[in-house]
Amino acid sequence: MNPKSLYQEVILDHNKKPRNYGTLDNATHHAVGHNPLCGDHLDIALHLEGDRIDQVAFHGESCAICKASASMMTTAVKGRTRADAETLIQEFRDMAVGKLNLDVPHHLGRLTVFAGVRDLPTRVKCAILPWHTLHAALHSVTATSTEAEDDPMHAAIGDA
Amino acid sequence: MNIVEPALQSRFGPALDVERIRTDFPILKLEVEGNPLVYFDNAASSQMPQQVIDRLVHYQTAQHANINRGVHYLSETATAEYEGSRGKLQHFLNAREEREIVFTSGTTDSINLVMHGYGRKFIRAGDEIILTTLEHHSNIVPWQMLAEEKGAKIRVVPINDAGELLVDEYEKLFNERTRFVSVMHASNALGTVNPIKQMIAFAHSRGVPVLIDGAQAAPHMEVDVQDLDCDFYAFSGHKLCGPTGIGVLYGKAEFLERMQPFKGGGDMILSVTFEKTVYNSIPHKFEAGTPPIAAAIGLGAAVDYLSAIGLDAIAAHELQLLNYATEQMGDLPGVRIIGTAAIKIAVLSFEVKGVHPHDVGTLLNHEGVAVRTGHHCVQPVMLRLNVPATTRASFAFYNTLAEVDAFIAALRTVQKIFS
Repeated sequence: MNPKSLYQEVILDHNKKPRNYGTLDNATHHAVGHNPLCGDHLDIALHLEGDRIDQVAFHGESCAICKASASMMTTAVKGRTRADAETLIQEFRDMAVGKLNLDVPHHLGRLTVFAGVRDLPTRVKCAILPWHTLHAALHSVTATSTEAEDDPMHAAIGDA
Repeated sequence: MNIVEPALQSRFGPALDVERIRTDFPILKLEVEGNPLVYFDNAASSQMPQQVIDRLVHYQTAQHANINRGVHYLSETATAEYEGSRGKLQHFLNAREEREIVFTSGTTDSINLVMHGYGRKFIRAGDEIILTTLEHHSNIVPWQMLAEEKGAKIRVVPINDAGELLVDEYEKLFNERTRFVSVMHASNALGTVNPIKQMIAFAHSRGVPVLIDGAQAAPHMEVDVQDLDCDFYAFSGHKLCGPTGIGVLYGKAEFLERMQPFKGGGDMILSVTFEKTVYNSIPHKFEAGTPPIAAAIGLGAAVDYLSAIGLDAIAAHELQLLNYATEQMGDLPGVRIIGTAAIKIAVLSFEVKGVHPHDVGTLLNHEGVAVRTGHHCVQPVMLRLNVPATTRASFAFYNTLAEVDAFIAALRTVQKIFS
């Protein structure tokens, strides 16, 4: 996996011009995601109309992979039902750790641009953090972390 | 900036034959992602020369048995080699006596040993311990644990924007309750070399003992514990061309004698009954259980290797690398160096405008350049300097100016990708 191609495709565009970046005044669901290994954090706000995510916004401090993942995630889940979003969360997490067979039908569409992170074990958490946080928001957990117990990856960033 | 004065340069003697030295390090021949490895993560861990690898192989091949027990040939050989290594470390630090060298698992273990052995015995409620903003988490957390247990207080020496300790503020922190000072010799994140000799002298004028965390200094400069007059000096083997899992605590004999043991077990006792146990003498009192014998012997070989090259020559070459890299980086728009102390070890922390350190690290790796990214286990420093994380290049004596060029070129590539 050439990380340059991972960066050069859609990710850099979303890093530079993140979609749905900001806050929501009328949020019904909200969560903060945190990666304690690098200090990155992400705030995700949702407005649900019945079972449908009709508004979504995020902001925070993170690397390009995380920010682009969050940006593309918001465009993917906006207008979708809670169940659709849960399916995407599961498929994205599986893809990032290499557990999803991309040859069988899935719902990720352009999000498969992130498939390459499975070859960058120290960066998997960067891509997954927004999805963890979305999951937490949908379940009204107000704070989550990449170090949560259900975290599929435990690769440490390293020590001095 | 750290431009070497010509007078200073000549004092360090002739330049290193780096190309010859590099042939001692098999790992430096690696290619990463199709590019020659440029290993600039030496502050995290250094690489091992063939001489140390061979020493480990020879020990395991022909000398291994448990030490201090058994009268057979191998046990006697292993004991002699292990204790011989202690002697090498004594000379490396210029300690007065061999028994002032305690083998530990590393700097963290050494600091924890002093916390448990000295701190828990002598620090009481209301007492104060002085640390600095620059400290690695391993020189903060043990003291916080002690402070919480005893009701003691931590006082912190501030730094300026360049990452230098404010020595005046340090002196003002002393009062009648000050009982201990623990300070790093050189900063892993910023490179700052602290004026520890002056700080030790001041603490001693107030009757306060001092521990020096030498993890980042011992591999890069001459350390003379008698000249410094520190009471404890801690460092790790793996940052000094030795194996992981081995480190040293130097302690003045009078301090080690007064300390309580931290771990109980075999080797640290003279006699055991269920009524009473008599502890062994120093340093064995602190080396319970079977130690990492091979690693200790490997560390002895590593200090032999470094001493043969000469720490002054190493320091001079690394300063040249630092100055050159600092200068080259100054020509890159959007790159800001974090940590600009007047006296530094060869550590270069920096930010690239608009690019997160993890993205810098991943893309540099693709060019074959290994750097550290993140908070470097110094979150208080990051908070003080208001940077969430940095990218850090840290140099060793086997690095070359050509590698600095490759690193700068790779940084330009990163900037181009993000432009």
